[in-house]
Amino acid sequence: MIDWWLILDKVILIVVIFVVSLAIAAYSTYGERKIAAVIQDRIGPDRAGPWGILQPLADGGKFFLKEDITPKDADKFLFILGPSLFILTALMTSAIIPWGKSFYFGDHEFSLQVANLNVGILYLLAVVSIGGYGIMIGGWASNNKFALLGALRASSQMISYEVPMGMAIISIILMSNSLNLREIVDMQQGFHWNVFYQPLGFLIFLICAFAECNRAPFDLPESESELIGGYHTEYSSMKLGFFLFAEYINMFISSAIISCLFFGGYHFPGLDSLNMSPNIAAIVSICVLFGKIFFFIFFFMWVRWTLPRFRYDQLMRLGWKVLIPLSIFNVLATGAWLTFVK
Amino acid sequence: MSQLLFFTLSAMTILSALVVVFTRKPMYSVLSLIVCFFTIAGHYILLNAQFLAITHIIVYAGAIMVLFLFTVMLLNLNADSDVPKSGKLRIAATITAGMLFVTLLASIKSTTLGDFAFPPASDKGLVQHVGQRLFTDYLLPFEISSILFLSAMIGAVVLAKKEKH
Repeated sequence: MIDWWLILDKVILIVVIFVVSLAIAAYSTYGERKIAAVIQDRIGPDRAGPWGILQPLADGGKFFLKEDITPKDADKFLFILGPSLFILTALMTSAIIPWGKSFYFGDHEFSLQVANLNVGILYLLAVVSIGGYGIMIGGWASNNKFALLGALRASSQMISYEVPMGMAIISIILMSNSLNLREIVDMQQGFHWNVFYQPLGFLIFLICAFAECNRAPFDLPESESELIGGYHTEYSSMKLGFFLFAEYINMFISSAIISCLFFGGYHFPGLDSLNMSPNIAAIVSICVLFGKIFFFIFFFMWVRWTLPRFRYDQLMRLGWKVLIPLSIFNVLATGAWLTFVK
Repeated sequence: MSQLLFFTLSAMTILSALVVVFTRKPMYSVLSLIVCFFTIAGHYILLNAQFLAITHIIVYAGAIMVLFLFTVMLLNLNADSDVPKSGKLRIAATITAGMLFVTLLASIKSTTLGDFAFPPASDKGLVQHVGQRLFTDYLLPFEISSILFLSAMIGAVVLAKKEKH
């Protein structure tokens, strides 16, 4: 009754995705510092290994070896729960992303998607909506005013930007008639990328993704000039590492989601006309998806070192008075277009 | 397999619900309520109602409980700032809870416990079917409840605006 091959497939896939996510998150820190250096006309990390390529390992080792301090009046249990929950929710979204076409070993199909849910998009929204808990719990448990302020900022920002994000996704759902992420990706086969049909939706989703990841120019929860370190002020050692790591994992996953929803996922124009064997096609499709993901990770960093930080009232005004009306308009326009034109 | 899952989930649901009531710390109470909502969503998944499960998590765990947590964090409630309850309040609380208990007991007694059996797996709870029913058979109630939500939203905005003047 229980399909052991299926379980084995999924376990292998989950382990691979887990390791790849962590590796990409680690090397994103290196990438971020190198890109910042290029933009600011500096050299960047260059001590550990050739071109500083071992810097993430050195950073990771340092995180493990630093003293782990828990403040005296902190809530011990929640203080540990906060960062754990944050990294858990950051890793959870990768379950629904179709990473490429299936591999075939004889008759056995090895699907590159952990869970092909028929409510995949809603699962994404659910994980995004519980993503703020880690920060909130961690910030509150620190028993520190700055940490609490950072946590409050983070959660109100996340709630505010969830709404236009959901609306932008609704217009995609209207276009593709499905909540299943693989179907949405396969719909964009060829060059029918959603970004050409939903440019406004893409812009809204991109801005919301920045806000949900707490990335600059929306990094107010940890703005060091006002709040010291924001919600992770009291954290040290690997618990701080978890918070920082989760931010980079979030960035990686958001880039993957943006590629899947708006840029055709693992498809590229002419993929099917090449007549490759299924396994080669699978490898090519993975490379295509990761190319798109790396571009968006680079874009995240490019924006961070280019734009200054928003003020908090500007952030809220942008979310509620600009993005939400725009996204409602986008949904209505999409509906009208589908009803009357198509 | 699903029976084992059912009993595990049920135990977790009851346990977390009890923690909500018995813990002295408001923060833990809110967090175990979130756990309780997740286990209930698990029950929905066991019944193959994926759409309901995910919506339950988005609405309750993702939106409402965040606001709960917000309030607790802002008020900074602690176990030691707990106001001692007067004798009168205790008596009133006992009577009300006792009455509720009697009502529940009566309603449980009047239901007949059939054989414990899992409903056969159906795809009624999948999003296609829920959507179809909502937009055909139940269109009017659906639209009316959306107007209800809209009026609640407008009401909240009006109340928030009033305080400024």
